[in-house]
Amino acid sequence: MTVSILHRITGGAITVVGLAVLSWWLMAIAGGEESFARFASFIWFERLGIPWVIVALSLLTWAFFQHLFSGLRHIVLDTGAGYELRVNKFWAIMTIPTSALAAAVSLYLIMGVGK
Amino acid sequence: MSLGDSATPLGKVEGLGSSGHGGHHWLEERFTSVALVLLSLWLIFSLIMLPVYDHDMFGQWLRSAWGAVPMALFVITAFKHGVDGLKVAVDDYVHDEGNRIAIHFALSMLGIAGAAVSLFALAKIAFGAVAA
Repeated sequence: MTVSILHRITGGAITVVGLAVLSWWLMAIAGGEESFARFASFIWFERLGIPWVIVALSLLTWAFFQHLFSGLRHIVLDTGAGYELRVNKFWAIMTIPTSALAAAVSLYLIMGVGK
Repeated sequence: MSLGDSATPLGKVEGLGSSGHGGHHWLEERFTSVALVLLSLWLIFSLIMLPVYDHDMFGQWLRSAWGAVPMALFVITAFKHGVDGLKVAVDDYVHDEGNRIAIHFALSMLGIAGAAVSLFALAKIAFGAVAA
């Protein structure tokens, strides 16, 4: 139930916010050095020592993986497998720690290693 | 339209579901989802493999076929899947037929416009209109 609702919320978030950022990022690169610098300064915007946009994009990364894993679960369920109560509940709950872990590892590899 | 028992088996199942479009959109959403598993993992691995994140690096990456072609596929597939998904949610919560169609129309237009803008930007980068 919770995971099903999460699938919709995360899907909505990565569509509305994620695709807007994707378009803006591509336009900023196409617009040249100066337009890219404006985009980068927004991404690294900091207030009270907290980079709010980076925090939001990190949450979006988790939303992406949550949607990916619950989506994979849905594809398995579409084949007619995994409806036994215990199995079903186990994989539903597992999407949450695995998505958090995948997001943490990706963000570490993207931002953490000397970049 | 009620056809009762005179309907063919196909006629009985066509146009069902909350969208009124039967299984076609449902299946299409699954196809784009499987494509996006590959394309979005490509995007994340590509970002991880880039040594720096500046204008020159992104430009160099997206000028190569290995960057530009999957990115074009990602843009098209992600906008299609995203709009399809939002429409499914609208089908479940908006019950007035007129409002439902109006929102579907707006979502389609926004999705197509967003994809077009992204593809134009990508083409501009890939075909070298940006000074390196």
